[in-house]
Amino acid sequence: MTELRLWLARSYGMLLSIAVFIVMFAIYFGNFSTDSPSAVILSAANTGVLLALVAMAQTVPVLTAGLDLSVGMIFIMTNCVASAIVVGTPLQVAAGVVGVILAGCAAGFVNGAIVVWGRLQPIIATLATSAIYIGIALWIRPIPGGDVDGDLADFMTGQVFDVVPVGLIMLVAVVLFIWLPFRKSVLGRGCYAAGSAEGAAYMSGVNIARSKFAAYVLSGLFAGFAGLMQTFNTYTGEASGPSGSLYTLNSIAAVVIGGTSLFGGSGGVVGSIFGAFILRTIVNLLFVFDMPPLWQPLFQGVVLLLAVSLGAARVLRIRNRLELFS
Amino acid sequence: MPAILKSVDRPVLIAFGFIVVMLLAGSLYSENFLSPEYLLQQLRIASFLGIIASGAMLIILLGHIDLSIPWVVTVGGMMSTAAGGWWGHTGEIIALPFGMFCGLIFGVINGLGIAYLRIPSMIFTLGINAVAQGLMVLHTGGFAPQDAATPFMHWLAVESPLFGIPNAAFVWLVVGAAIVFTLRRTPLGRYIYAFGNRESATYLSGVNTRAVLIGCFALSGMLSALAGVMLAGYSNKSFQAMGDAYLLPAIAAVVLGGTNILGGRGTYLGTVAGVILIVLLQSILAVMQMEEAFRQMIYGVVIVAMLLIYGRGAKVHS
Amino acid sequence: MTDATTPLWQMAGVSKRYGGVTALDNVDFACRGARIHAVLGENGAGKSTLIKIMAGVVRPDAGEMRLAGQPVEFGSPSEATRAGIVCIFQELSLLPDLTVADNISITDPPGRFGFINARRQRQRAEELLERLGCEDVHPMELVKNLPLSRRQMIEIAKALGRDPKILILDEATSALTAADVQKVYAVLRKLRDDGLSILYISHRMQEIAELADDCSVFRNGRHIQTFAKGTKSDDEIVELMIGREYKHVYPPKPVRNQPIEPMVRIENLSWNDRLHDINLTIDRGEIVGLGGLDGQGQRELLLALFGVLRGVTGRVSINRDPVRIGSPRQAKSAAIGMALIPEDRKTEGLMLPMSVRDNASMAAISGLTRGIIVDRKAEAARIDGMVQKLAIKVGDLANPVATLSGGNQQKVVIAKWLMTEARIVLLNDPTRGIDVGTKQEIYQLLRNLADAGTTILFYTTDYDELVGCCDRVAILYDGRVLRELAGAEITEHNIVASALNLSLDARNGRPEATV
Repeated sequence: MTELRLWLARSYGMLLSIAVFIVMFAIYFGNFSTDSPSAVILSAANTGVLLALVAMAQTVPVLTAGLDLSVGMIFIMTNCVASAIVVGTPLQVAAGVVGVILAGCAAGFVNGAIVVWGRLQPIIATLATSAIYIGIALWIRPIPGGDVDGDLADFMTGQVFDVVPVGLIMLVAVVLFIWLPFRKSVLGRGCYAAGSAEGAAYMSGVNIARSKFAAYVLSGLFAGFAGLMQTFNTYTGEASGPSGSLYTLNSIAAVVIGGTSLFGGSGGVVGSIFGAFILRTIVNLLFVFDMPPLWQPLFQGVVLLLAVSLGAARVLRIRNRLELFS
Repeated sequence: MPAILKSVDRPVLIAFGFIVVMLLAGSLYSENFLSPEYLLQQLRIASFLGIIASGAMLIILLGHIDLSIPWVVTVGGMMSTAAGGWWGHTGEIIALPFGMFCGLIFGVINGLGIAYLRIPSMIFTLGINAVAQGLMVLHTGGFAPQDAATPFMHWLAVESPLFGIPNAAFVWLVVGAAIVFTLRRTPLGRYIYAFGNRESATYLSGVNTRAVLIGCFALSGMLSALAGVMLAGYSNKSFQAMGDAYLLPAIAAVVLGGTNILGGRGTYLGTVAGVILIVLLQSILAVMQMEEAFRQMIYGVVIVAMLLIYGRGAKVHS
Repeated sequence: MTDATTPLWQMAGVSKRYGGVTALDNVDFACRGARIHAVLGENGAGKSTLIKIMAGVVRPDAGEMRLAGQPVEFGSPSEATRAGIVCIFQELSLLPDLTVADNISITDPPGRFGFINARRQRQRAEELLERLGCEDVHPMELVKNLPLSRRQMIEIAKALGRDPKILILDEATSALTAADVQKVYAVLRKLRDDGLSILYISHRMQEIAELADDCSVFRNGRHIQTFAKGTKSDDEIVELMIGREYKHVYPPKPVRNQPIEPMVRIENLSWNDRLHDINLTIDRGEIVGLGGLDGQGQRELLLALFGVLRGVTGRVSINRDPVRIGSPRQAKSAAIGMALIPEDRKTEGLMLPMSVRDNASMAAISGLTRGIIVDRKAEAARIDGMVQKLAIKVGDLANPVATLSGGNQQKVVIAKWLMTEARIVLLNDPTRGIDVGTKQEIYQLLRNLADAGTTILFYTTDYDELVGCCDRVAILYDGRVLRELAGAEITEHNIVASALNLSLDARNGRPEATV
């Protein structure tokens, strides 16, 4: 019983975000008058999965008390790469998919190298590399275009058993087969250790360099998945800087809403997934409740502000002000 | 090394070195590059970025970050042009201060949320940015957009009556002088550096750390809005997303100028160097007539390279 | 030491320099297996450099090291650990956001192919905790939710888990409650009897006397002497440490014959669940000490007075006027004139990367202005005065305060507050981790301040200091003032007895338990 209590206390943020999402989505779904509910779910899933993957990408460096301001641009870059190489014969398509994933990992590798070996602060390092990635994206796709294998795209954006979106299955698979093993590994735990107390972790012999490196590569991997999915959704590659920035900033919000601490050491990818879903559902809710388009951005902004301010409730209960300083 | 150079930070020296390199490189590409007209135009553009970077520097010195810059800049631009439209002649006179005042309000809200609710600045200012955007969308969508800049705003941003030096540069000079004065000569300046080094010790030394934080965010908001007013004057109108292109260059300029992103260390001279550096870099890339793609890539690579040269962060253990 | 066996650990000619400072100078040092070996010395004597070299955190510039007769070199802490040298540093090496089980097995966790076997890891934690008598700690609890004393026990459990041949403890019991300290001693003795070699660094004479088999004294980076337990008196040991004739003496306390003016009157002060109805009066020019076992509310009382705690109820009057102190800023203001020398100088007292000058003037700078501009001349004059008055050993005042030794750093903190000309000075364990010489200077300083009219409230974990420095001692128990001792009543016996909530039966001199 203590086990359960302890687990609940540890996972509080994630559980809260799951609960909030369920409530919000239920309201959305309940109010959406439609003949085909499964189409609603599919559409929500396909857009939600994109942000969820980018949020996952942001989560891992944040766990190490870092940040990756280039996740949005890696997303854009891999989208453009996919629009160029995921075409042709099945073999070529398979190779293309692998190529896109490798591109994402390569970007993560570069980020990791600069942060770990270059010892530059993550904020400024990834700020600079984001320019490099959007540059590469623009080089591949100066104007929107390209193509992607139709069958694969249809499958990935479609449904299985007429109800379950393939995108969600893919998300679950990524969590089960990539994230959970990572979390249970020495590398993964090293990320949490580095974020919790880097000095202490070093003194305890944790290989921080390797863990941080892995964090950024994993981040690039997840962003690469997102870019691939985007291509499946839109059938094109578009090197849009503003879109990349928006994804980056939203990913940070999703991470915070999902219960991961920006100071590092606690949280996880599952919470961020639901944080992303919550953000997307807010937009959908505004649509469903016929909020005038002019008011939507303001409402979104206010809701975002309120959501991240929830963490402040803890502060009001603190009696010893010295504890306010991390 | 002569004494005066010794007293300047190493990163600042390197930044100025790079500026020289870039001026030379630019002159190789275009004979106009070193001409007074071109350089003064660069100075004008640098002034806009410089005003924003001044506010950003204060926040970064505290160890925080202000991601609401993009839309507070836009607020400054739009509110000042709106004042001109709403209140006729009186409006024209108060356009500039009114725009700055609106930015101040956002800055104060930032400060309150971060100081009292202890919400990490990255995420709170992000939220405020979104709210500012929402308000501006509402403002321009619903009402006939009063987006024309007043003649004064235009004069301030574009004209150069005094020896050909842009008015904008004088504004930057005044802002810079005020900041240098504050940082070096007043107790507030000491408190800002102390805060960035160790907030708990500063608090326990009896400093009103909340007021310091709110004050700096208020200043940053005000300065971002001021830049917005001037940008509106420059284009003769205010428009959506006017500030988006300035956030990352402002932060990059501050960091390239030697200010530590974690706070507690940095000089204004460095920020000036960083701003000029960024502006020159961007203009060289434009002069080289490269495609956008390569401009971005080189921009990113150069910044990384410079930061690596500056001297990397300390290892975890001593 | 004349036994024939090779010492387990030997160092010959080891030196280490940091910039221009020599931390270790040609040190020959050895310790034997199955012994508890204490290392003594003032701050800056080289103790922490010695153990950092042994633990593989830093490399020596010169010299040779041997473990069990074999030459060794450590490039990193993990190499030293694998060789069997495990160190528990003063700064805890635990990761607050991870579980107890994760922390104990943070290096070399059980598992294969880079994965962690969570179940075996947990069993391991349970076994080690049991060995230390800490069965009440749940292995899946997050370390950050545990009190400091428990965390230190986990630190020890973690070290034990690495199966050390030599265990090094650097002030490892400083945060433990008295009961836990005894538990740790028992474990250490058992480990020694099982053959482990233990190297123990402490400033506390009582601990050394109780625990150590052998003692080594270091001074100014040199190994002075190693001797067996019981062969030297305390005074002799201190003399070895400070290198000069030493008498353990406190400044004389004045006899009070004038009428006493109360300066600080505390009535019914309560907070959270930690302070209950505190009543205490401190007179002008008096040094009042707070005694009692660790964690009875002494630290909280000081923080409450200084305005750091929220939700404090009760009444505080300064100089007969009731006041509400809501922040350190208010406490510092001229109307109240309070100062607090905080517990942890590195995170609460100083901005380490900033210059000595900036640190020293941080509290008083708002008064050293002409208009809104800082009056640099006045500032410099005041600081120079303080440096002289407190005998702060510092090169250039523009150097970062991090370059000063611990004792001098503490002096800078004190200087910072003296510059505000505070009339009430609160001190939160000010001499912890400070060398003997500086301690003496601080005692004299406090007495001088009190004689000049400053009111002093002083918390220390060192009973000797309470006896030597204070005019009155208030013993706290469970957040209440249990008893006040004054004048001749202040003896170590009475303090200890009161701390344990025993009544003082003066007639037969034996304490009786109350209720």
